[in-house]
Amino acid sequence: MALLQISEPGMSPEPHKARLAVGIDLGTTNSLVATVRSGVPTVLPDAQGRPLLPSVVRYLNSGKIEVGYPALARQADDPKNTIVSVKRFMGRGVKDAAHIESSPYDFVDAPGMLQIRTVAGVKSPVEISAEILKVLRARAELSLQGSLAGAVITVPAYFDEAQRQATKDAGRLAGLNVLRLLNEPTAAAIAYGLENASEGTYAVYDLGGGTFDLSILKLSKGVFEVVATSGDSMLGGDDFDQRLFCWIAEKAKLPPLEPHDMRLLQVKARDAKEALTFHSEAKITARLSSGEFVDLAIDAETFCGITQTLVQKTLGPMRKALRDAGLRVEDVKGVVMVGGATRMPQIQRAVGEFFRRDPLNNLDPDKVVALGAAMQANVLAGNKPQGDDWLLLDVIPLSLGLETMGGLTEKIIPRNTTIPAGRAQEFTTFKDGQNGMSIHVVQGERELVSDCRSLARFELKGIPPMAAGAARVRVAFQVDADGLLSVSAKESTSGVEASVTVKPSYGLADADIERMLRDSVEHAKEDVQARSLAEQRIDGRRLLEATRAAMGADEKLLTQEERVEIEKAVAALEELLPGSDHRKIKQAIEALNHATEDFAARRMDAGIKRALAGRTIGSF
Amino acid sequence: MHNHFELFGLPARFEVDGEPLERSYREIQSRVHPDRFANAGDAERRASLQWTTRVNEAYRTLKDPVQRAKHLLELHGVDVAFETNTAMPSDFLVQQMELREALEAAKDAVSLDSLREQLRDSRRALEREVAQAIDAKKDYPAAANLVRKLQFLQRLDEEIDAAYESME
Repeated sequence: MALLQISEPGMSPEPHKARLAVGIDLGTTNSLVATVRSGVPTVLPDAQGRPLLPSVVRYLNSGKIEVGYPALARQADDPKNTIVSVKRFMGRGVKDAAHIESSPYDFVDAPGMLQIRTVAGVKSPVEISAEILKVLRARAELSLQGSLAGAVITVPAYFDEAQRQATKDAGRLAGLNVLRLLNEPTAAAIAYGLENASEGTYAVYDLGGGTFDLSILKLSKGVFEVVATSGDSMLGGDDFDQRLFCWIAEKAKLPPLEPHDMRLLQVKARDAKEALTFHSEAKITARLSSGEFVDLAIDAETFCGITQTLVQKTLGPMRKALRDAGLRVEDVKGVVMVGGATRMPQIQRAVGEFFRRDPLNNLDPDKVVALGAAMQANVLAGNKPQGDDWLLLDVIPLSLGLETMGGLTEKIIPRNTTIPAGRAQEFTTFKDGQNGMSIHVVQGERELVSDCRSLARFELKGIPPMAAGAARVRVAFQVDADGLLSVSAKESTSGVEASVTVKPSYGLADADIERMLRDSVEHAKEDVQARSLAEQRIDGRRLLEATRAAMGADEKLLTQEERVEIEKAVAALEELLPGSDHRKIKQAIEALNHATEDFAARRMDAGIKRALAGRTIGSF
Repeated sequence: MHNHFELFGLPARFEVDGEPLERSYREIQSRVHPDRFANAGDAERRASLQWTTRVNEAYRTLKDPVQRAKHLLELHGVDVAFETNTAMPSDFLVQQMELREALEAAKDAVSLDSLREQLRDSRRALEREVAQAIDAKKDYPAAANLVRKLQFLQRLDEEIDAAYESME
């Protein structure tokens, strides 16, 4: 009998095969995982052949956790422990999450991000989302027969800093190497643009279960450039269900409902909404726990009437995005429809009327985001040869700024700035001898700080005594390719420094995530040590590969001394890699990174010079 | 590489042809963007982030007439001083007050649209004057005064944006 081969995580059994990378659409209602197989993006179904995973998590008394269809089936029986639409709570406090009053959960108001008390203990939205991601990861690993090298997770374009950070944390908690957070409409544009070889200005109208995004992109060969994005992170298909649910409660003259009945009628409302996409009338029947029987019928016209204001709410962001892009309706060549909620005929009509053209529906609105994410993951994993890939230029959806005197906002990076972006601004002291400065980072468009979202506060301490206005405090903002922000402050006359990676006040610290990872049942079973060793080995191999490629391509940029230094660090890492001490490997990786720092900067300069010379150089 | 124009291999002039700027921006981005370095070591990823940030900032500056002019004037040692120097000729101030009154009186999108049209024309005319002053006459102090006016008009444009939003 032949021995089974077990490959390292991220490495497929056959060398030179593509790195396993997936795109994940972590949706409010449903989630999907997709990959690129033999050049073709494909959604990976479960063992029963179902592509969607309902984004529903149920915690059981036994410690067991159900995710997807089994949990969905029990939501009315066990409403308090069955969490639906958890995405609505990501990075949100009890005060700012929608539909709290009609949610059957037992909320715990933790600082910043709310939590939910279940039979299995208090859970944060990050942990609940991680359960969904773990199932998708397992599905992908089973289907692709190997461990994943990385994943691209999509987020609504209009997600703020806190919501993005929470999503990335959930990915890490699920044991995923998050290659990038990708905006959902951008992912859809990639899938649509490549499928149809589109060029020109397109709008993506993405109405999901809980969020609305409107992005305007310029597509040209090899470049996807987001020009403007707008939306409402508190508007989605769920709100249409909610309107219908309220209509039912009113029509049937129902008293305040128990959690079970509330959930039951919400499910019925959703069924009726979906039926009205294809029929002119839908029936709503349910037996409540009191024995009372609800028997109603609603026609399409009534449904349009009660949801008209919701449809209208999507028009404002459309106008705003066009204004920000400096474009008129007639400049837009096509409107790509994304998200299950865009199936509603009233949405199709409204968008068609606004843009004065038929919306584009030729891709499955449920799958297009996951497919685009898979395509981007494939590029980021390095599976596509250069020249055959594309450049993606995305923007931040909301302005980032600081609180200044009098509770006013000073914008540092305005919305729709292309990322990565960085900007610094100088501030000074207000009082004589002021030795500290409180830095309050906010996000939003409003003038008053109290109307914006507070992201982080930190203090710059130890400013030497000076007259008011004499100190020069330079506050620098840096937004990375995931749209995540870090802020640093430095007083230039004294050199005093302080910095934070903006983990919004309620974001999880790295230490929290590690603890959760250790606590999680899955990882308790695995050997944590073995896992870090495997991870460090992958990192080490990847770095060796990248360093060798770089040295091969740009050897002439190295001095003799540097070459010796780098080769020494390479040799040290190579020697340690087969060993079992993950800490030592980590140190060797850091040493090699350090040794290649100047070289990396010089290669970047050289790349720019080549770009300007207009010559095409194979790889760099 | 010292200034934004050199970064994109363009002559340091106020009048910039959008097409070569965009081409050169994309060419550079396609070489330094973090997506190219998702699998690289930390050193390369850091360098990529820094470069992309710089290139994005430079592109943004050159695309925007006010920022482009300010950058050019700085290269010639002239500070536009938006914050400290707010002295304006009185005829310009009168015109500004009229425009702002029109903005306050605007009650619907149609009147905002027409106001914006009007503003766009004034901006274009001013931009031509700035080009004259910088590229042809090389009269930088005079250009600085024009750029301050242009900045005024740009602020008004932002206020029009805000007015559209409060209407919705």
